[in-house]
Amino acid sequence: MRTPSNAREFIACRTARFFQDGDLVNLGIGMPTLCLDFIPDDIDVWIDSENGIIGLGAPPAEGETAPADVVDAGGHPSMMRLGAATFDSFRSFGYIRGGHVAATVLGAYEVDAEGNLANWMIPGKAAAGMGGAMDLVTGAKLTIVMSTHTDKAGNPKFVQHTEMPLTGYHCVDYFVSELAVIHITPEGPVLEEIAPTTTVEEVVAKTGAKLIIPETVGSMF
Amino acid sequence: MAKNKVVTVAEAMEHCFDGMTVMLPGFVNCGVPHTLIDGLMEAGITNLNVISNNTSVKGQGIGKLVHGDRISHITCSHIGSNVETMEKFTKGEINITFVPQGSLCEKARAGGAGIGGILTPTGIHTPMEEGKQLLEWDDEKGEFKFVQASDPQKGRRYILELPLRADVALIHAYKADKLGNVVYNHTARNFNQGFATAADFVIVEAEHIVEVGEIGPNEVMTPGALVDLIVQAETED
Repeated sequence: MRTPSNAREFIACRTARFFQDGDLVNLGIGMPTLCLDFIPDDIDVWIDSENGIIGLGAPPAEGETAPADVVDAGGHPSMMRLGAATFDSFRSFGYIRGGHVAATVLGAYEVDAEGNLANWMIPGKAAAGMGGAMDLVTGAKLTIVMSTHTDKAGNPKFVQHTEMPLTGYHCVDYFVSELAVIHITPEGPVLEEIAPTTTVEEVVAKTGAKLIIPETVGSMF
Repeated sequence: MAKNKVVTVAEAMEHCFDGMTVMLPGFVNCGVPHTLIDGLMEAGITNLNVISNNTSVKGQGIGKLVHGDRISHITCSHIGSNVETMEKFTKGEINITFVPQGSLCEKARAGGAGIGGILTPTGIHTPMEEGKQLLEWDDEKGEFKFVQASDPQKGRRYILELPLRADVALIHAYKADKLGNVVYNHTARNFNQGFATAADFVIVEAEHIVEVGEIGPNEVMTPGALVDLIVQAETED
């Protein structure tokens, strides 16, 4: 793995530390794919791509050509690891819903204090569709949202109660941003870690939900 | 002597018609039946009710049908890879029913396998519940009961998703023999293998058409018995 060089990579680097040796992990398109570069060297993680691969590799390096008909979940040509398996979408979503995926990592418009996730449409504004996200958050053992702590206008992405159409109900376990790691527990959202560059006060001010602050808040690194 | 199912694209299009429900496989731009979609464009077939995972990318594959206003309705899980579909949807120029990708699979699987419907936990307490029946498992009684979305949840809850079938499925294969036994390649398999089971009429475009016997029984991913016609796929190289 390499060293993170910007906020997005910092988030990816912390997120990848949730993975355990032997895990099958699904990385959503966009920022979550950055996790590939930050999987700790001492563990072996297999990447699930919901379009039909277990054992997805990296995008082709310069001078390398991806095999025909091998694309990742964003439709981009990709390599496969030695030992990879390909299969059809029906089987793929059986594996996903069936609980065979250890962790799913996704982006979000909003996450709320009860672990509700909104990331598939904003009425009147944006509608990309949910793709496989609803099935992933239903089936994966661990759901991690990777996100900037606030949106471009400075509004918190972690809110008390989202009014947006949900992707999943009570499904998010961890919210990881450039400022904090928030663990959603039955008691409420716990501020478990903060970035070395911030303070608990700054995180609280930039969060739209009431956080549980433990006596000791850990450091993300 | 076994029947040779290989025809021209124009001959295959005689089995397609305005207003038909058509399954179009593909994940973004991979495994899309490009040659057959070009055939639909050429033949002027319109008012299509499309079942697909997404709408390819702008101006390609299913994107050609979107651009040409050939589609009256789409059932799909994602349109984010095609900016033109997103624009048309935001402006209200195209009708879309969103279905979670795994539910789309199971609905088509049910349609192709003679199953009356499926129960999925996907989409519970989301807008996917709207207009659908919900069931909850009662552990004490050992039975399902129908519930309303507003009822407090006591047990495992599921959405009853109904089967999907189409008049025609257009399938992209890597290799097909002249009987229609099919092999798909890597992630181009995606929705092809499943959709080939769920339509009244199945047309396969294959990159390579081979003699019967060249694809061994162990290799066959879709048996020729399910395939009605085969055309030669035009490949880029």
